[in-house]
Amino acid sequence: MSAEFTCQEMVEVVTSYLDEAQAPDERQRFERHLSRCAGCTTYVDQMRETIRQTGAVPREESLPPALRERIVAQFRTWRRG
Amino acid sequence: MPRAEPSTSQTALLAALRCGDEDAFSALVDAHGAAMHRVALTFVRSSAVADEVVQEAWLGALRGLDRFEGRSALRTWLLAIVANIARTHAVREARAVPFSSLELAPVAGSEHEPALPTDRFQGLDGRHPGRWVSFPMPWSTDPDHALLSAETGKLIIDTIADLADGQRIVITLRDVEGWDSAEVCSVLEISETNQRVLLHRARSKVRAALERYLTTESP
Repeated sequence: MSAEFTCQEMVEVVTSYLDEAQAPDERQRFERHLSRCAGCTTYVDQMRETIRQTGAVPREESLPPALRERIVAQFRTWRRG
Repeated sequence: MPRAEPSTSQTALLAALRCGDEDAFSALVDAHGAAMHRVALTFVRSSAVADEVVQEAWLGALRGLDRFEGRSALRTWLLAIVANIARTHAVREARAVPFSSLELAPVAGSEHEPALPTDRFQGLDGRHPGRWVSFPMPWSTDPDHALLSAETGKLIIDTIADLADGQRIVITLRDVEGWDSAEVCSVLEISETNQRVLLHRARSKVRAALERYLTTESP
């Protein structure tokens, strides 16, 4: 059986864990550590919260009108071509 | 004003575009234009260049309509076109600056750049090497506190803007835009492993910025 993860190793493989990119035995070791370690549980929760917050930052939801107009004008030219 | 029906199938939409239906085209621009513009802005820092990239991408899409085979969603296809053009421009921009290049691969040695300072963990002389010296402090869940505030959003945006190119582009596409890792790898032409290293470094830094902000007492 492979050695258990240390906390320091856990914070380096958390992205593979969240992407479900680990080999099955690595995932088991990760989850086993998590079930026994409050510090790493907090850390993984904070990574999830970070992803959630990053996905919620305000984004530009429409094109600048002048750019939209240029794109549509370009379509008219293309149509004639 | 006649508009493309929401139920209009992709095939009908493509046929309308080929016939030069401006309303169909405008609806398509309104549906995907802003996302394409955001992707362009992720790669190139000048908004004038981003505008050019988006225009070029729409022209490329129109010229390539006949090659669109409908195997991917139209949105994915459009985003891939704009990302490819933007990447080309970004590489050219980077070359114009001496000693600079667009770093899409992790910088050599950065795989050893730790997610957290090593002093957060016990050293080899500690009782439990590699264990937390003290657990990360839980973040404030007080609804009045920053987690819900616009300040948090600004902090995240600023932190991402300061990242190296590869990290910035990958976290933006993955976590802001919500692409999956296969889409990001395909557009950036990097391996899954490189993509994950870049994402990991970027997310670790954003988490660290939030940690500094959310566990520091207000003055």
